[in-house]
Amino acid sequence: MPLLSVENLRTHFRTADGILRAVDGVSFTVNAGETVAIVGESGCGKSVTANSILRLIPESIGKIAGRIVFEGRDLLGLPIKQMRQIRGNEISMIFQEPMTSLNPVLTIGYQLSETLRLHQGLTAAQALARSVEMLTLVGIPEPAKRVRQYPHQLSGGMRQRVMIALALACSPKLLIADEPTTALDVTIQAQILELMHELKSSAGAAILIITHDLGVVAEIADRVIVMYAGRKVEEAPVEKLFRTPQHPYTQGLLDAAPKLGASLKNSEGRLSEIPGMVPSPKETIVGCSFAARCARVSQRCREVVPSLEPKSADHFVACHHAI
Amino acid sequence: MDTTPILNVKNLKKHFSVKGQTVKAVDGISLHIMPGETLSLVGESGCGKSTAGRAILRLIDLTEGEVELNGQRIDQMSARQLRPLRRHIQPVFQDPYSSLNPRMRLRDILAEPIRNFGLSPNAADIESRIRQLLEMVRLPADAAGRLPHEFSGGQRQRISIARALAAEPSLIVCDEAVSALDVSVKAQIVNLLQDLQKELGLALLFISHDLAIVEHMTHRVAVMYLGRIVEIASRERIFGSPQHPYTLALLSSVPVPEPGRTIDRIVLKGDVPSPMNPPKGCHFHTRCPFALDRCKTDEPKLRSVAPGQHVACHLHDLPPSENPIAQRTAVSEVSS
Repeated sequence: MPLLSVENLRTHFRTADGILRAVDGVSFTVNAGETVAIVGESGCGKSVTANSILRLIPESIGKIAGRIVFEGRDLLGLPIKQMRQIRGNEISMIFQEPMTSLNPVLTIGYQLSETLRLHQGLTAAQALARSVEMLTLVGIPEPAKRVRQYPHQLSGGMRQRVMIALALACSPKLLIADEPTTALDVTIQAQILELMHELKSSAGAAILIITHDLGVVAEIADRVIVMYAGRKVEEAPVEKLFRTPQHPYTQGLLDAAPKLGASLKNSEGRLSEIPGMVPSPKETIVGCSFAARCARVSQRCREVVPSLEPKSADHFVACHHAI
Repeated sequence: MDTTPILNVKNLKKHFSVKGQTVKAVDGISLHIMPGETLSLVGESGCGKSTAGRAILRLIDLTEGEVELNGQRIDQMSARQLRPLRRHIQPVFQDPYSSLNPRMRLRDILAEPIRNFGLSPNAADIESRIRQLLEMVRLPADAAGRLPHEFSGGQRQRISIARALAAEPSLIVCDEAVSALDVSVKAQIVNLLQDLQKELGLALLFISHDLAIVEHMTHRVAVMYLGRIVEIASRERIFGSPQHPYTLALLSSVPVPEPGRTIDRIVLKGDVPSPMNPPKGCHFHTRCPFALDRCKTDEPKLRSVAPGQHVACHLHDLPPSENPIAQRTAVSEVSS
């Protein structure tokens, strides 16, 4: 049984000018200890998918439908009290913005301890000692001094390390990381990726990473889900996805990004473009959502939504004319 | 062939005073750009690359140094003297949302520079010039009557480029001009910039932290760290044989979209020090894996290490057999 199973997830928002279908029928699983990446461009619904799993969408503006089964429990049916037991304890999350996701008026130590006291029932002294251990684990120098400091006294890279420490404090079974390195400089990103690699092997948590950076995906993921306009268009193990992408959109994404070192191999030229732009999630799209930008488009694509079909045991694609 | 650089910057400094302390955002950089050439300014947050761009555009005043545009000093000019010359050097900024006036129709956004610089004799001529500009940046002709909010991020960046082109510049300063865009749209804008450069012989100062895009776009690269240029060289040298440990670390930090490939990565320890109080000697010595004792006290000067390649690093005083970076290449890999 997979650790997490998301079935036909639909997250829709009410807006002034109609229903916004941010996530429109997405299914996938995450197995214990596995790293799964969701990739896609702005507005494809990848972050909303992540937030939906932890039910972080305010009910006043959005509605989550479908099933999200975590270790046999359907999270969407749980009372809020039980949901709080899961958040930060069994499933935790790292957000993109290390600047805004820590409370500026509480010390680092307080924020770490709070999680530990709440979920693990530690005393204040035990929790503080454990906080120092966690900071050491994520490579923060002088942890005993840092627990007494406030977020503004730390750099961006340090804050992201604190976020990771916070997320790992209760040894969660699933860690959701939403663009964890996007706001960081490239040398700091390298440090954080190295840290995530180490923690992956030592902590054994499953990771669901949301990113738009194919380089990060290639480095860290076991399996990849490609999303476009609120739908899953392709899923495959990381090597297969990069070597033999089957959806024209996946192919387009891979080709559009220039590769470092390309000029040395004389393998450069014009970047291949994906013409046009992502459709608005407010539009009702008949047929394939990528049809308007696709080179392989046919009449059928404009009329019938392609269903996700297995191309091999572990490679799925939603396309009438897969590559 | 024209041998006068479009832009020649000598020992440019821009210091800010913050809470009684001096922040040396840009601390003595020199560079030049030839007609039709792209020079990229790369580095991490706070290295001073954007401040350098703004000082070159004279959006902020210089603390010290010289900026020559087409052989003419502009760093000391009054705003009035400078105004007619501004059309030669135009900016494209990162955020396509905040850099366009939301209340102006596209037609007026494009007409403003044409009128300001007196580039068209009459209204009919301006109108045909606007049509031409829209065509150049591949926007439909009916876009002229619309407002910025009706366009996507990528289209807005096309508008920003069209506005820059309206002044008929010889140099465009692109400050992270494609950084905010999604991969597929980024490729469109990069291709557009390259096409326009070929068509119009434009020179570009391309300020970016995205090294793969820089490699794709550029002729030469200047790498900045804490206000100083640590290496400046041709694209071939920077990406094929970088000679500063920071360049090497920066390049090796970029995740490569090839699963299973192991990179011979130099993971730098710690963070970039505060520009408020940069380390003595070589600014990079606190994070440099190869630092020598003298790096802590002596500031290294840029010197030539190969044709068209200048590096500020003491390691190059060592005999080649003892220099740890002489033999490394940036994208070297260890087979897995």
